[in-house]
Amino acid sequence: MSANLATFSVPKSSIKITITQGYLRYLDSTTPTLNHLNMTIPAGQWTCVLGRSGCGKTSFLRYLAGLLDQQIEWSGELQIEPANRALKDQIAYMAQQDLLMPWLSVLDNVLLSSKFGARGDYSVAHDQKVQALALLEKVGLADHANRLPQQLSGGMRQRVALARTLMQNKPVVLMDEPFSALDAVTRYRLQDLACTLLQDKTVVLITHDPQEAIRLAHHIYIMQGSPSTTAFLTTLESSTPRTFDSEGAQLQQRIMACLEHDHGDQCGDENER
Amino acid sequence: MVINVGMKMSDKFRITPKPHQKENRNASLHSALRIVVSFVVILGLWQVVVVVFAMPTFILPAPLDVFEKLLQRREVLFKHTLVTGAEIVLGLFLGLFMGLFFALQMLLFKPIKRWLLPILIASQAIPVFAIAPLLMIWLGYGIASKIVMAAIIIFFPVTTCCYDGLRNTPLGYLDLVKTMGATKWQRLRHIQFPASLPTLASGIRVAVVIAPIGAVAGEWVGSSEGLGYLMLQANARMMIDEMFAALLILSLLSVSLYFVTDRLLKKFIPWGVS
Repeated sequence: MSANLATFSVPKSSIKITITQGYLRYLDSTTPTLNHLNMTIPAGQWTCVLGRSGCGKTSFLRYLAGLLDQQIEWSGELQIEPANRALKDQIAYMAQQDLLMPWLSVLDNVLLSSKFGARGDYSVAHDQKVQALALLEKVGLADHANRLPQQLSGGMRQRVALARTLMQNKPVVLMDEPFSALDAVTRYRLQDLACTLLQDKTVVLITHDPQEAIRLAHHIYIMQGSPSTTAFLTTLESSTPRTFDSEGAQLQQRIMACLEHDHGDQCGDENER
Repeated sequence: MVINVGMKMSDKFRITPKPHQKENRNASLHSALRIVVSFVVILGLWQVVVVVFAMPTFILPAPLDVFEKLLQRREVLFKHTLVTGAEIVLGLFLGLFMGLFFALQMLLFKPIKRWLLPILIASQAIPVFAIAPLLMIWLGYGIASKIVMAAIIIFFPVTTCCYDGLRNTPLGYLDLVKTMGATKWQRLRHIQFPASLPTLASGIRVAVVIAPIGAVAGEWVGSSEGLGYLMLQANARMMIDEMFAALLILSLLSVSLYFVTDRLLKKFIPWGVS
């Protein structure tokens, strides 16, 4: 019991996700969106899923986030380790839009998750406020705590969203192209920041940008085909965020070559077909 | 007036960062100036028509006569203005409350929506004037029947706006709070309701403009006080100048109610829906 409580209060203990023979079909569609999905998402590391738009990578992430429960048919195995709680209770979700509530101040947006769940009906505790301010400090927005999101730039808003994600303090972070709407420099900085702040989390990052994957990922998967499947591409050992070197350029070339083909035959060290 | 409402609504949906505020102030100054100028021009034309065509006072009194009457009968006018004002404001509150309540019911319970929506639309097909005599019988000649008239007439725009606002919460917001483990009530309270406020605000703007119609129509059908009553009495006695005075006050009342409401809404709901 006490051991259980410890994992409740410190959800830092990272989580590994394994998917075997995943199959996903929307109920209103006759053909599956994903099929023969085999993936290992290691604990405490960044896993990037690269794919062109429309390949089903967002569906995959939304399934992991528990957002598709009533709309899809799923078969296959989804294992998590340690398996003491459901996956959907252990994730924080970051979308392409910052999804800041325009009626809440920056600070209240960071505190948003404290309004929900079993403890949501009580007022926000003082120490939560302190923690939220500390997180805003970390993303460099402590001075803007009392402003409204409309008064911030796109990059600042996405940093608030990052602080909100951190505030949830979940072991798994699911990111759906959260940097793609930003300009190049802002994106670069935000990637660095996210990389530093999400160090101990299990991160699944969906992206269509090879450079982003090369910069941040420990493991890269390519998702393509119809129905889509994933092919494991490579593991990068060096520490993130990486600077772009010739090795990275080669890898990018390889990723582009893979993405150009509609079937994953040519890529991957390990191809499950 | 209606065009004006439309413009305000579209303004509303734009998020105004700081630099725009100065522009806005300038624009509102200009629109105030326009109102004053058109007011003066209309009054001038009116005076000219009366003088040139030698209109008798019981057909069309000169604006100066009306102003004279306004001052002379100010106590009577004031007393009736208070009554009509109270009817409008209370009718607004009642209509808003009913509209919010019904919109929530329709949102939360799908079968209720299927049953309620036809009734709601049918209620709009019956002219309020047609049921006014009934309301007099049921609720008396006093203030209650007028409050209900005003409430009925604003019920539809408020309900539909509120329902639309509640229903059209950006999907991303709903997804986000679902991953945060929000219950249905927490989601409604913290996300759907605040997100619906800008849409509801445009419903309230429309309501404020049309609520006086309900109240005055109610007074015409049967009452013993209020500006509508005063106008009928004045009309029967051919005191057209007094009728115009009451009319002037009624329009001033409606217009200022609109502007005050608009200001308040802008102040308390300063965000738009993205």
